[in-house]
Amino acid sequence: MMLGRVQVPTTVRKGEPFEVRILVQHPMETGYRRDLNGQAIPMNVVDKLACRIGGREVFSAELGSGMAANPYIAFYVVVDGPGTVEVEWSDDRGERGTVSTPLNVT
Amino acid sequence: MAGDAQVRRRAFLAITALPLAARAQSQRFQPAQDVAPLLQKLTGGVAPERGGVEIELPQIAENGNSVPMRVKVANPMTPQDHVSAIHIVAERNPRPLVATFHLGPQSGRAEIATRVRLAGTQKVTVIAALSGNRFRMAQVDVLVTSAACLDESM
Repeated sequence: MMLGRVQVPTTVRKGEPFEVRILVQHPMETGYRRDLNGQAIPMNVVDKLACRIGGREVFSAELGSGMAANPYIAFYVVVDGPGTVEVEWSDDRGERGTVSTPLNVT
Repeated sequence: MAGDAQVRRRAFLAITALPLAARAQSQRFQPAQDVAPLLQKLTGGVAPERGGVEIELPQIAENGNSVPMRVKVANPMTPQDHVSAIHIVAERNPRPLVATFHLGPQSGRAEIATRVRLAGTQKVTVIAALSGNRFRMAQVDVLVTSAACLDESM
């Protein structure tokens, strides 16, 4: 289980784009680094991330080792009703994480 | 005997220092790669239009390990005409394709923000895939004072 955060505005308006910000706690190892003993540190990155609102996928991303550690992603989305923002991600070892937040739609 | 020891010491230094220096150089310096084939693959051979994509990146990035980046595509987000994907390509990174973001009409605004790693001063390319198999492209130069570490222990 991996840690993450998702942040949305306290209230959002129907039909108006708002920003969703996601932060995932992950080292995003490139596979090019070496530890103190000179051993290569194996690659380990979050490679897939998706955001669903009310069960409908509104955003997804494929990430690589070029993303900074603890990947941060912000994007916009429009909703036409209330729902829950659910973010799900997985790394190349199959480790998964989810985080969700309710949406206050006016 | 003292002279002999000095000579041996010099020889020792020479043989140990040489491979170290060579190794440090070969790994530290990441040459810019030709990303044209990758861009071709991303666009499926369609020539992208220049312009319409705004990349916000610092002109001088002090730390290549985490460079804030924002991409805005000047395009409506309607079901008929929208941005479907944004690709970020960094030509001097060992893996040039940094990330792909999938958007759609429900995005409302074709804009994303993230933090990327940059292995040295280079040109960053963004390709936006639009509906109807059209593409837009923009490039920006970034000066990176401290490249994202590739071989250092910490």
